[in-house]
Amino acid sequence: MNDNTAVKYNYDIVRMFTLATCFWGIVGMLGGVFIALQMAFPALNLEPYLTFGRLRPLHTSGVIFAFGGNALFATSYYVVQRTCRTRLWGDKWASFTFWGYQAFIVMAALGYVLGVTQAKEYAEPEWYADLWLTIVWVAYLVVYMMTVVNRKEPHLYVANWFFLAFIITVAVLHIGNNLSLPVDWRYAKSYSVPAGVQSAMIQWWYGHNAVGFFLTAGFLGMMYYFIPKRAERPVYSYRLSIVHFWSLIFIYIWAGPHHLHYTALPDWAQTLGMTFSIMLWMPSWGGMINGMMTLSGAWHKLRKDPVLQFMIVALAFYGMSTFEGPLMSIRAVNSLSHYTDWTIGHVHSGALGWVGFITFGCLYYLVPKLWGREELYSLKLVSTHLWVATFGIVLYISSMWVSGIMQGLMWRSYNEYGFLTYSFVETVEAMHPYYIIRATGGILYLAGALIMSYNFYRTIKGDVAKNEVDKDGNPRQAISAASLVAAE
Amino acid sequence: MSEYKKKDIDEISGVETTGHEWDGLKELNNPLPRWWVWVFLVTCIWSLWYFVVYPAWPVAGGATKGTSGYTQFKELAASQAEIIARQQVYIEKFEQADFDKVLNDPALYSFATAGGAAAFKDNCATCHGSGAEGSQGYPNLNDDDWLWGGKVEDIYTTLQHGIRVHNDYDTRTSQMPAFGKEGLLKTEQINDVVDYVVALKGGHDAASLQGYDIFQQNCASCHGADGKGLREFGAPNLTDAIWLYGGKRADIYQSVFYSRAGMMPAWKNRLDENTIRQLAIYVHQLGGGE
Repeated sequence: MNDNTAVKYNYDIVRMFTLATCFWGIVGMLGGVFIALQMAFPALNLEPYLTFGRLRPLHTSGVIFAFGGNALFATSYYVVQRTCRTRLWGDKWASFTFWGYQAFIVMAALGYVLGVTQAKEYAEPEWYADLWLTIVWVAYLVVYMMTVVNRKEPHLYVANWFFLAFIITVAVLHIGNNLSLPVDWRYAKSYSVPAGVQSAMIQWWYGHNAVGFFLTAGFLGMMYYFIPKRAERPVYSYRLSIVHFWSLIFIYIWAGPHHLHYTALPDWAQTLGMTFSIMLWMPSWGGMINGMMTLSGAWHKLRKDPVLQFMIVALAFYGMSTFEGPLMSIRAVNSLSHYTDWTIGHVHSGALGWVGFITFGCLYYLVPKLWGREELYSLKLVSTHLWVATFGIVLYISSMWVSGIMQGLMWRSYNEYGFLTYSFVETVEAMHPYYIIRATGGILYLAGALIMSYNFYRTIKGDVAKNEVDKDGNPRQAISAASLVAAE
Repeated sequence: MSEYKKKDIDEISGVETTGHEWDGLKELNNPLPRWWVWVFLVTCIWSLWYFVVYPAWPVAGGATKGTSGYTQFKELAASQAEIIARQQVYIEKFEQADFDKVLNDPALYSFATAGGAAAFKDNCATCHGSGAEGSQGYPNLNDDDWLWGGKVEDIYTTLQHGIRVHNDYDTRTSQMPAFGKEGLLKTEQINDVVDYVVALKGGHDAASLQGYDIFQQNCASCHGADGKGLREFGAPNLTDAIWLYGGKRADIYQSVFYSRAGMMPAWKNRLDENTIRQLAIYVHQLGGGE
């Protein structure tokens, strides 16, 4: 009943999204490195198009929606076909989601550098781009649901629950947070329907669940397919997957108000945001436990296989940042951490460590499968990527911890006479060295992504590097596709 | 259906699977980790406790208040009170004491300089530098070269009314003419007088230079016959090494041709009396106070 050879899967669409993931990943990370350098060296703000204010959303949208989004499209389309044992529904619809999504990215990016923004974090694109994305997203849901409906398996595999939760919730969040009235149909400018603190509350209901459903649920969906596949082991616990899935999606949606501690938001809403964040700790960790324990009985594979290492390190960072998140949502901790670099470090331990690494791991599994190769061009290069990128993350998050906590302590420091000890500019001055360390970390992470892209280029070409072994440690024959063609 | 009823045991772990398989993937039927369940329950119980103690749930006409009576405004007021209490020890005495008294009372003096330092960094450092070192066009406040006077009262007046502030009648005013731009001196005369000033600055005997007479006729009324400056006009000393707008010959030529007129805001409209007095004392003790 598990004969997959009979089904003609739609791999073209997965290949396109995979290549787009690599392309936008490099663009987004390059943007990140540049704005990190702008923080350290403000002279790099090139007015008016390339200032920090315009490039920052370009970076965040670039890595979250362009890199992460394309990765989610690629993997969800691959996973849903194979676990439902049926071809992806609607070739033309799927193709529309690809070109439509790329068009959205370009529309959004152009808006940012030209100064068009509705000034909502992670929801900066104006109404015209939002409407377009809504159409694309509905098409995505239709393609996904129809494939699920057409499935040849009696049950739905756990990865698909997570992908569906991600697609549906992101649609609701996107529409809810972008309710706005254009000033005129001919102009890009619009005004948000809710105003004041209501607008802020909806923004962070959206913003936090963009993390929860886009960057967590969606990527857990990836984890649930690719880790057991690569480890060739069954998922650790079906019961845990059910309980943590439902508790995660039920609790996550309430956690947004922790972004608005000590603001005009009423105390009771802050309390709910904080307590639901604390209760979210174990549901988040359920995914980490299930992924890691899937390796039980197969831990030896981790020693030799850098692709599996990528996925497991991703889970470790996931566990770390989903512990740090609830911690930072506690009022007392938040009063120190809020508005400081600590938040930036926290986000990046999740983004670089979890989202980035699980994506790299999945792509390393996926690319040889999609292009019909036995294995990657070089697993040694995967290992290099892993170490370079891990070192980059360590530089990034440790410098932001130090700089953020220092910043928070300096802001709240009063001397014995009751006067502020430091002025704002002194805190900025104190952060300068950490900004340089952070930028260095970002450069290393970007370098890792370039190594990966080179590895994919050679894999797709059909090459195998010299002195390579496969994931089980068996030697591989070196191949040079170019010389094979020449020999013919 | 029969195949689902058959027990499928994973060989490596010896644990039963759920019996389903997708694309070669199976799921083990392991129970929930005990510690996971307990920690989850503890966080839920803790949250319930928090709901009781703190404002938590919206109800008709507001929200539950919580048994602790907590509001963020109370928390703010409490932490502000702690800081205000520290100032309270000194503030009344400081208000009543004149400058002389503050300068001679070590405790009040420390209080005033602490307050002045904090206010300086937020208000003055933008132009004068965070170390009060100044830069071109913005005087260094660490030295003893004062344009408008270096006594603490002088500094206080400068702070209150600013320099060349349009709508403040007590502001420090005076205006050096733009000798070149307004055609008061010919280019060659300007060159001569600049040569003379360069010589003065270098400490040379310059009386024999051509610029000497021009200087005495045009500049001495404010800068003094000896070029040592006069504070009532804010006219700088031209015989020392301190040059607000640069001491190179070209800079001095520029100053004579176009003149200079820096300005500083009148702080009395922006800061309270205590803060301005603290600032005066802080600047006074930077190194050059008289």
